Amino acid sequence: MASVTVSHVNKSFGEFQALDDVSIEFADGGFYALLGPSGSGKTTLLRQIAGFSFPDSGEILIGGEAVESLPVEKRNIGMMFQNYALFPNMSVFDNVAFGLMVRSTPKPEIKARVGEALELVRLSGYDERKPHQLSGGQRQRVALARAIVFRPRVLLLDEPLSALDKALRLGMQVELKRIQREVGITTIFVTHDQEEALTLSDKVGVLKDGKLLQEGPPRELYERPATAFAATFLGDANLFEGDVDDGELALSDGTRLRATAPLTGVGKATCAVRPEKMAIAEEGEPPLADHNLLEAELQEIIFAGNSLSYLLRRNDIHLRVFAQNRATAELQPGQRVRLTWRVADTIPVEA
Amino acid sequence: MAVSDTKRSPTRRRQPSNAKSILGLTGPAYLWLIVTILLPLAAMFYFSFLSDVPLPGRDWQVTLSNYAAFFQEDFYRTLMLRSLRLGFEVALWCFLIGFPCAYVLAKTIKGRWREALFLMVIIPFWSNALIRVFSWTMVLRGNGILESLLDWLIPGFGSLRLMFTYEAVVIGLVHSYLPYMILTCYISLSTIDDDLIDAARSMGASRLTVLRRIILPLSMPGIVAGAVLIFVPVIGSFMEPRILGGREGTFLGTVIEDQFTSVFNWPLGAALSFILLACVLIIFAIFQPILRRAS
Repeated sequence: MASVTVSHVNKSFGEFQALDDVSIEFADGGFYALLGPSGSGKTTLLRQIAGFSFPDSGEILIGGEAVESLPVEKRNIGMMFQNYALFPNMSVFDNVAFGLMVRSTPKPEIKARVGEALELVRLSGYDERKPHQLSGGQRQRVALARAIVFRPRVLLLDEPLSALDKALRLGMQVELKRIQREVGITTIFVTHDQEEALTLSDKVGVLKDGKLLQEGPPRELYERPATAFAATFLGDANLFEGDVDDGELALSDGTRLRATAPLTGVGKATCAVRPEKMAIAEEGEPPLADHNLLEAELQEIIFAGNSLSYLLRRNDIHLRVFAQNRATAELQPGQRVRLTWRVADTIPVEA
Repeated sequence: MAVSDTKRSPTRRRQPSNAKSILGLTGPAYLWLIVTILLPLAAMFYFSFLSDVPLPGRDWQVTLSNYAAFFQEDFYRTLMLRSLRLGFEVALWCFLIGFPCAYVLAKTIKGRWREALFLMVIIPFWSNALIRVFSWTMVLRGNGILESLLDWLIPGFGSLRLMFTYEAVVIGLVHSYLPYMILTCYISLSTIDDDLIDAARSMGASRLTVLRRIILPLSMPGIVAGAVLIFVPVIGSFMEPRILGGREGTFLGTVIEDQFTSVFNWPLGAALSFILLACVLIIFAIFQPILRRAS
């Protein structure tokens, strides 16, 4: 196992700057998710770490060893592809044995280790099947077994779960986490699915336009997004734009909102509030001291069984509020309501 | 009940019309094949058992002597082996030259360059076969284009003596049939997902291992299809051997052609043709397990 260091990596394709001075430290044994929309450079970064393409400048270290000029086959990495990329001409056994075979591992050892790997992914007894005889989830497991059987220093996952349907995906998330913990391998995981990133990883890095915007443990990133983009890409967020006035945010209509800490600086500022942190105040309920208060018009109620989404509007601001299905008062669209939320949940972000 | 009955009957009623439309769509093609290929072939098969061409004024009877001739005279068997060897060699050269080309076209080059390079592969198809072969005589003959070029590059190079040799026949045939191999290999190579190659490399496979274990096995259907498309016409070919091979260009194909055009011994020509066909079928039967696994 090994840590991975990416420092000041740049990569451009013609005019397009795919990676712009990216530096990330991937901890030994950690599960790191690279999260970003398409075109954010997350896959490009993964391919630089893998060695399929080489950075224009910057350093990549695997276990302290500079690898940026080594081709992929010399880097000893395991990789899982979005479409699994199983060899259709080989059985499950031969697929998993491939990495050992090219390393000239003795036959009895190959047999033992392929057996162990298939047991780890719970596919014992499938040795002789061909990939086309397997279900999507089973192919996924073979691809994972194949990527870790030769004990690579790093495991790279390129959107590994996006080809599965939702029920299977949830099951595989649990499996992937279990296997990663059991093997203890440093794992770097590319995804555009924020929920997947939050569930699986112990550290998330948000990329946009080839730059690393913010990184941190999932909870920290979710509770304290640094930018409006991170706030909206990682989960849902209501954004309030206004002017800084005496440490508070003054909206265009004069409403004043307090944030986690008094706002510094002058001029424009933006604050983000998670929809589930907001609540619709009961009729006649007195405002709390450490809460912000905002009146808005309820436009729509979306019912989803155990939860409800309220869509609201205040002048030109559209708001969302998530609530558990236990509201006592029957609300109607068109009604004016008061929204309250804690000052501590009002996070100043970069626009 | 009544509702379910009316619902089911339209699907039941559609089946006969389905069969009718299949017949209507495939009928013309099969009729054409029967009239243009099977009937003449049947006539030829009949001829091959006659002692002479069945024309008025000729004396002919049913005999096996045409087939017996092949087994009695070493000459025909030598020619058969020579033709089969030619087929194998031309297919092999087409593979050695065409496969790398197809690989680059399928995997490396994209967009307009690919179209341009494809055009260069296909253009020989658009020119007349006879003209193609004759232009090779201009290239290969003594003091021809090739020798002049070599002499200009390396003064005092001397003569290659390529014209009217077995090699000249191979060169001409490889040129004529190379596009088949490139196109069939291209099709099967372009169906190989690039991720498979990346996956193999990520597991530590060298380029050679990737080629041997992934690319070659997965493109085998194309290679086999190309080889079959080349092998069959080459062993019966007569134009390239005759024009480029001269005295060295005697193969079963040229002998069969002689029987039909100059010697006027149609029955012997027909018998030799069917022996050639039988040989091809036997070879395919022997290689059947490999062919089936490949595709």
